[in-house]
Amino acid sequence: MSIEALARAKEILGPAVVSTHSYRGDDTVVVKPEGFLESMRILRDDPEVAMNFLSDMTAVDYFGREPRFEVVYHLRSFKTGARLRVKSQLDEPEDGSNPVIDSVSSLWASANWNEREAWDLYGIKFRGHPDLRRILMYEEFIGHPLRKDYPKEKRQPLIRRPPDEV
Amino acid sequence: MGLEFYTSRLADAVNWARKYSLFQYPFVTACCGMEFMSVWAPKYDVARFGAEFPRFSPRQADLLMIVGTITERQGPVLRRIYEQMCEPKWTVAFGVCASTGGFYQNYSTMPGADQCIPIDVYIPGCPPRPEQVLDGLIMLQDKIQEKRGFVQLREKREHDAVLQATGKLKVIP
Ligand code: SF4
Repeated sequence: MSIEALARAKEILGPAVVSTHSYRGDDTVVVKPEGFLESMRILRDDPEVAMNFLSDMTAVDYFGREPRFEVVYHLRSFKTGARLRVKSQLDEPEDGSNPVIDSVSSLWASANWNEREAWDLYGIKFRGHPDLRRILMYEEFIGHPLRKDYPKEKRQPLIRRPPDEV
Repeated sequence: MGLEFYTSRLADAVNWARKYSLFQYPFVTACCGMEFMSVWAPKYDVARFGAEFPRFSPRQADLLMIVGTITERQGPVLRRIYEQMCEPKWTVAFGVCASTGGFYQNYSTMPGADQCIPIDVYIPGCPPRPEQVLDGLIMLQDKIQEKRGFVQLREKREHDAVLQATGKLKVIP
């Protein structure tokens, strides 16, 4: 059943697909970051694929690889029961700024907090997100701690005991 | 001489009363809470030591139990709760996370609750067995009786400073 979903997804997404693979029932489609929102909308609204549920969304930092970042979306269809994993690879901009991709929180409301988490921990910006703030770390925190180049031992304390308190 | 004798005996009696009526505020954040419940429950029965009552308001508590992992983000909250408690007050770090940060060595976990508030007794273990907790509690009671609690020591220092300033206490170098 899900092989069909993958084939159908490939068909409807057309040139936006970079590659696909399927391993033991895990179907993955890698799409281009350009027009990402449109690709996701097609996957949701197509009557056959009908991926109407976003079960998870996260990001990966492949430090030292080009492109460095990858966003991963796990979609599920309540209509057919099929699952689909959608990935998109993002380059780190030359000037060291944050990579940007479309937000899908207008399609699935559950993407809202997941994207905030990916912004907080990986520093990936989501274009069109209604409220892109940190969600787990505090506002005073500098940097994005799950990036592979964030120093492991680095601490950014909010409070420490006054030194004269013995 | 007579007065000194009476006041020190009185402090002993007061501390004896304090150590058997520890009202605790459980600051439970993580998995150690499970073991804390078992210490509390009838099988291990912390009530035998007079530390029975949980007060879910720091203003009515004598003992702050820090049970579980403290993250950097929780630090200001913990500090504020500690400052809301009336003196005399004591603190216990329950489990390695509260004592040292435990196996968490990362960006988010505070390396020990003593980074932001003073701690009287550290109970190791992940989580500590109830016997260990009771042992720690008895250590705390000894500390209270011997006036070695953090707040008690500070009170004594302040008291001595006043006496020194008024010339009633002489420091022999
Ligand atoms: S010491 Fe162990 S049991 Fe206790 S909070 Fe930490 S990880 Fe959990």
